[in-house]
Amino acid sequence: MMAQDTKLDAGFTCPVPLAAGDAVLLGHGSGGKMSGDLLRNLLLPAFQNPFLARQDDQAIVDINGLRLAFTTDSFVVKPLFFPGGDIGSLAVNGTVNDLAMGGAEPLFLSLAFILEEGLSMDVLRQVIESVRDAAARAGVQVVTGDTKVVEKGSGDGLFVNTSGIGLVPDGVRLSANQARPGDRVLLSGSIGDHGITILSQREGLAFESPIESDTAALHTLVADMLRATDEIRCLRDPTRGGLSSSLNEIAACSRVGMELQESAIPVREEVQGACEMLGLDPMYVANEGKLVAIAGPATAELLLETMRRNPLGRDARIIGTVTDTHAGMVTMRTRLGTSRIVDLLSGDQLPRIC
Amino acid sequence: MKYIDEYRDGQIARGLAAEIARRVTRPWVLMEICGGQTHTLMRFGIDEMLPAGIEMVHGPGCPVCVTSLETIDKAIEIASRPNVTLVSYGDMLRVPGSRTDLFHVRANGGDVRIVYSPTEALKIARANPERHIVFFAVGFETTAPANAMAVWLARREGLKNFSMLASHVLVPPAMRALLSSPRNRVQGFIGPGHVCTVMGYHEYDDLIREFRVPIVVGGFEPVDLLEAILMLVTQLEQGRAEVENQYVRSVCYEGNLPAQKILAEVFEVCDRKWRGIGGIPESGLNIRAEYADFDADKIFQTENVTAEESPECISAEVLQGLKKPVDCAAFAVRCTPENPLGAPMVSSEGACAAYYRYRRHAVAEHGGR
Repeated sequence: MMAQDTKLDAGFTCPVPLAAGDAVLLGHGSGGKMSGDLLRNLLLPAFQNPFLARQDDQAIVDINGLRLAFTTDSFVVKPLFFPGGDIGSLAVNGTVNDLAMGGAEPLFLSLAFILEEGLSMDVLRQVIESVRDAAARAGVQVVTGDTKVVEKGSGDGLFVNTSGIGLVPDGVRLSANQARPGDRVLLSGSIGDHGITILSQREGLAFESPIESDTAALHTLVADMLRATDEIRCLRDPTRGGLSSSLNEIAACSRVGMELQESAIPVREEVQGACEMLGLDPMYVANEGKLVAIAGPATAELLLETMRRNPLGRDARIIGTVTDTHAGMVTMRTRLGTSRIVDLLSGDQLPRIC
Repeated sequence: MKYIDEYRDGQIARGLAAEIARRVTRPWVLMEICGGQTHTLMRFGIDEMLPAGIEMVHGPGCPVCVTSLETIDKAIEIASRPNVTLVSYGDMLRVPGSRTDLFHVRANGGDVRIVYSPTEALKIARANPERHIVFFAVGFETTAPANAMAVWLARREGLKNFSMLASHVLVPPAMRALLSSPRNRVQGFIGPGHVCTVMGYHEYDDLIREFRVPIVVGGFEPVDLLEAILMLVTQLEQGRAEVENQYVRSVCYEGNLPAQKILAEVFEVCDRKWRGIGGIPESGLNIRAEYADFDADKIFQTENVTAEESPECISAEVLQGLKKPVDCAAFAVRCTPENPLGAPMVSSEGACAAYYRYRRHAVAEHGGR
């Protein structure tokens, strides 16, 4: 037994910080600060060039006067099939969207599978059919590919990589470093749908009204927007890491602040409910069919109307303003009228204990 | 959304804040006990809404923050063994022990999994009879009944490959320890609503009598907290010291009796070392001898290590409400969520992490409060 007094130990001490970087952790793939560190410390220094330095979702390379957008993305979602989509449609839409965020018209995709020995041929067939259908819907062609098989236990059923190329129209120059104070922040619809769908499938959570992934190819929406105005500075699709991570990246690249209006950010009630229950913030939950746009103030209303006319932007809102205070930081005016930071998370968002 | 929107209503919140300002005639130091309440205060910027005289200090109610280094090291040691699967809540995986954390154990081949409920750990045990499943159970009275239920179910089923590393802590003894300290500054407490949902609030009658300090059991939404602060201020200004219940939609005086019953069936009160506070008598829950077959602490013999910790961290003072995170020279400079010097910077419920995540812009502008 301890001594029966309640003397407090004011000389409390704390743990030695962990040596960072001795092993890859799951958090390195979260889209948060750990992912950024990996990029800055390991990847960017190894391949220094102006294309990578832009840190956009795609590289835009000039070949004999043709401006080509080029991007690649890997997909490791579990479960492979979920309400609203599957790993096949995700792999097409994800890469199409990375091209579209550069203003490009997506044209061709590559498709590479890493398959685990023992995977059901029927599952593979369904995924391939889904890739075919999604590519047809997006108007892109799968023109090259690869298949590798790893022994049982060395993979997790099926991983997909897609790369894509597209053409950037003349005059279109979008980049995360172009946001200016006074610009408006527009969001194409509700946040968190994809992430909460996946999580609820994984954890067996059921809701009164079902939630579906928002996976969709956004290039037609982008084309409408680019036709409406040439005052768009930057587009991003807030996938892993959520809306917060995309906006923090733009704020950092452009060295500006951003102030969001909490009440303007649409969150479906089912998503909000799941987040409340699990202790998650929808600002950090993944989307697969939404975009954020930074646009000049004079054009914001017109752009909003244009977005709303497209079914993919039906619920679009102006959610905030670019500012010259707190450079590199995103803040939010809460429903209570107070102000708080919307930070970049370190790794994955972890459910709270109670 | 019902039960959320009305408790985050700006107009109601501003009305309560104005009423608090009207009633305050002199400065008061108030403490919210629970880390979830700290999180809400910071996330919604409620400190901005309060009159200058009301100082909120943040209590020790973050389970991740107060779990002792020795316990975390023990969990890490168990998780590193072959044929063991260690299961816990997400937050626990990131807490640094003296040498590493559970995420690194996992990266090095240990089987460490995140669950949302202890009964999921039972499912894992049933599905993997060749492995031993250890549930790392931390938390206050809130999470203890569900954890007790898992142990009770495991014994009833005769599961041979399931055990629990239990490190539960209790709120009233910690409040007593804070109030007994000669350095105590706290003049009124917002009681922990979720703990009281389980335990009721009769446990606080003795504290009120002994220390003449008002306690208002509070909820977790902005309007809950502002209402609880208003009730505390009203008591203090009128010279009263009573237990009151703001969180009536969840808490009753007796609490949840079936939950208390299962808790008492499986656990017994024990002395516990709190990280940041030290040893507090009768402030923890251990698994009873009748359930020793499911007690990972007894099944796995590990060496206790004494850890070297950063002398710069002031989390002892922070967890006792003596200092604010922003009073620390290392805050947001040498101590960040990526490189935490102390546990309150790790969990989202920890006071330092909440300041870092939501309020450091205001700190830069106003020097914090």
